[in-house]
Amino acid sequence: MSGYVLRRILWMVPLLWAVSTVTFLLMHAVPGGPFDNEKAPPNVVATLEHRYGLDQPLHEQYVQFLGRLLQGDLGISFQTQEDVTDVISRGFGVTAQLGLSAFLFAIVFGMTLGILSAVNQNGVLDYVGVFFATVGAAMPNFILATFLVVIFAVKLGWFDVLGWEFGNPRKMVLPILALGMLPAAYIARITRASMLEVLQQDYIRTARAKGLQEYTVVVRHAVRNALVPILTVAGPIFAVLVTGSFIVERIFAVPGVGRKFVEAVLARDYGLIMGTTLFYALVVAVANLIVDILYAYVDPRIRY
Amino acid sequence: MAEASSLSRAEDLSLAASRPPRGLWSDAFRRLRKNRLALAAGAVLVAFTALAVAANYVDAVQRHEPEVQNYDDVFEGPSTRHFFGTDNLGRDNWARVMQGALISIQIGLGVQVIVLIIGILVGGTAALTGRVGDNLLMRFTDLAYAFPDLLFIILLRAVLTGRDWPVLGNERIQMILAISFVAWVTVARLVRGQMLSLARQDYVLAARALGASPARVVFQHMLPNTLGPVIVAVTFGIPTAIFAEAVLGFIGFGLPPPTASLGRLVADGYIYMQTNVWIAVFPAATVALLMLSFTFLGDGLRDALDPRTR
Repeated sequence: MSGYVLRRILWMVPLLWAVSTVTFLLMHAVPGGPFDNEKAPPNVVATLEHRYGLDQPLHEQYVQFLGRLLQGDLGISFQTQEDVTDVISRGFGVTAQLGLSAFLFAIVFGMTLGILSAVNQNGVLDYVGVFFATVGAAMPNFILATFLVVIFAVKLGWFDVLGWEFGNPRKMVLPILALGMLPAAYIARITRASMLEVLQQDYIRTARAKGLQEYTVVVRHAVRNALVPILTVAGPIFAVLVTGSFIVERIFAVPGVGRKFVEAVLARDYGLIMGTTLFYALVVAVANLIVDILYAYVDPRIRY
Repeated sequence: MAEASSLSRAEDLSLAASRPPRGLWSDAFRRLRKNRLALAAGAVLVAFTALAVAANYVDAVQRHEPEVQNYDDVFEGPSTRHFFGTDNLGRDNWARVMQGALISIQIGLGVQVIVLIIGILVGGTAALTGRVGDNLLMRFTDLAYAFPDLLFIILLRAVLTGRDWPVLGNERIQMILAISFVAWVTVARLVRGQMLSLARQDYVLAARALGASPARVVFQHMLPNTLGPVIVAVTFGIPTAIFAEAVLGFIGFGLPPPTASLGRLVADGYIYMQTNVWIAVFPAATVALLMLSFTFLGDGLRDALDPRTR
């Protein structure tokens, strides 16, 4: 097990290297540089580019970039002159709050709905659940956010249109719903399918036959065994949350890492683009690793 | 040769006794027809596409030029003159939403054309050439899967912006290329997996044993059998591409203004959410309609083409 984890962690190094190289090349292929705004005279631009080494040949910039990266230095943001690591660590807290709350919402809501659907197969609740899972999985988060804001913020005035404040429901509910609905729909779908399969097993019949309450049968016997397929989507769901975060953060003006990425690309802020990209690649890689370790924990038959 | 024909005659006889033979496609179509939701989605899509084409090329349906500003009619609600109201510059939302819808459909379909070509080529090559090509593809998919697609698409979109290359200079084609950049991986993996498992099937061995050329084995026997899952993946790829285009438009990397892509329309309408919700609601509802219809159609096709997954 520890050997497996070690190998997976080592595998992240070439992965992150590949991501950073591809990003580096793409980023420098973007037409225009960070100091190309029309107000600055050419000699100012030249001085600035010289100061940040942007006038050197690309391969030398790449070597220097890799050297700094190895020391954990992501450079500075050209817009604000701050260290990229500072910008990211400042945004990380907010992004994590939003992402983890949405993840929690998706798991609780999605699993509840999936279990209720499966237990009431072909009943009214089941149709509601399947409908939600199908529509939710096809609804882009910014479209959902638009409708949520129109109904609950503009018409009903229950929540705020913009902003994020941890612990303040007026500012939290809509971003979490917008970000978490798609994963919740996925989880509901998988949970339902997985529960339906487990509920047909012999040991469920045995549990019922020995007179256990239906609640105990479902929660203690069925749900626990239905968990593995749900875990298989946890990795992709993290990727969905990550992608969703920079849209939802932009919509609701949440001051997280995602919003920074979009701003960085618009401003050709090389350091910040690289920093945010690597940050997301690392988050997804770590999430996948945790999911794989959890597999072995939930299903003792899996050995690495 | 004589043996082969007598064999097929024997097969004909045994089938003649039961019922007329049904191919994969007619069987799938029969199952698809039973799925009312998928049929309805297909009908909606055909009707809506026809409407979008008409509203872009027939003046009587378009009614107003999508890019003409009219400061006498700003922020109007829906009316018989402006079906979907007008925006902050007095532009007609109906014409703009229809323009955006056509762009969405074009990009959704265009991406799939590229994805199909690259996916089948790369996936097939990887499966058939073995080791090196296969490893390369798998490493690339590792990279693509380890990484949120949208980040790559945004970067690539920024790279392609404003280039006036021949053909590639077309903004819509640039958009299609940027979205295809990661999307082909799914199809390539699918074709590879299918090809690898098909290569071990008895009928492929039989075809080889009968002396069929490698090309004939691949194109006549194997490729048609990979098509079911590929068609399903491509159908699901359409809403994904429409989503990507809309998101890019929404965060400001879409087609340049004044072209009305649905994502940009939603983003623009968002600013006036407090005063006039209609500007954002109509394009948002159009994106939702397109994505839901393609998804339902995809669900129907999946159930029809692969009955085991039900």
